[in-house]
Amino acid sequence: MTTPVELEQTQVDPTGAEIVATDRPWQTVVWNDPVNLMSYVTYVFQKLFGYNRDQATKLMLDVHHKGRAIVSSGSKEKVEGDVARLHAAGLWATMQHAS
Amino acid sequence: MLRGLVSQMNDMYAARADEAPTDELAELTGIRTGPSTSPDDPILSRLLPDFHRLDDDRPTKEDIDSAAMLRSLHEPGLLDLKTGVADLLLDTCPPAGGDVRLTVEQADAWLSAINDVRLALGTALDVSEDMPDELPDDDPRSPHLAVYHWLTWVQESLVQALTE
Repeated sequence: MTTPVELEQTQVDPTGAEIVATDRPWQTVVWNDPVNLMSYVTYVFQKLFGYNRDQATKLMLDVHHKGRAIVSSGSKEKVEGDVARLHAAGLWATMQHAS
Repeated sequence: MLRGLVSQMNDMYAARADEAPTDELAELTGIRTGPSTSPDDPILSRLLPDFHRLDDDRPTKEDIDSAAMLRSLHEPGLLDLKTGVADLLLDTCPPAGGDVRLTVEQADAWLSAINDVRLALGTALDVSEDMPDELPDDDPRSPHLAVYHWLTWVQESLVQALTE
């Protein structure tokens, strides 16, 4: 349990570890796999992130040709949620610190 | 056949859900936790991926611990979602076959459920990007590959219908 004084100075993230205000942002990475259809991946990107058809297609092609693409970034909490939603859609996604 | 495949998926999800640790804290708070390590089974492992890549040469302890925490937090919900779309498909897919009419929401659920079956089959068959249309008749994978290609066609059709 944190005291009120501690709450003013630190921010508790959902995993319970304390983070400092200058923490680097996180990124959602989608990896290529041999099963997922290009049309389906494009559809998922549009549906989950609001990309238009062209943007989603470009990201999908990056995944397909380069092996991976960064599809979103932000706070750890946001990116964690994005990864979870991508897993629900059957895509192979992970999260990493922005370098 | 689709119903049979999807039912098998549900069995697999239920078995994995049974592996979740039980503890008094979870029962008190109502917060369910799942296992903290990836399933041994390659099919389940593909359906329930790690939150960080741990398969390169030297994953950091920070990544391993974080992945464990995130898995135990998210896996129960993920299994629920996959079971949910599978149940919806079973509810809306007539056992005797025939025409199917779906709302957009239902079609979206079918898409997810069928994709899960394809992931399972594809992993079991070790498909690659340039998988042939057919395998020799004496290849034991041959009938399963035919099902996989049929499911691919069904899913492709559904995506087209949803994006028109």
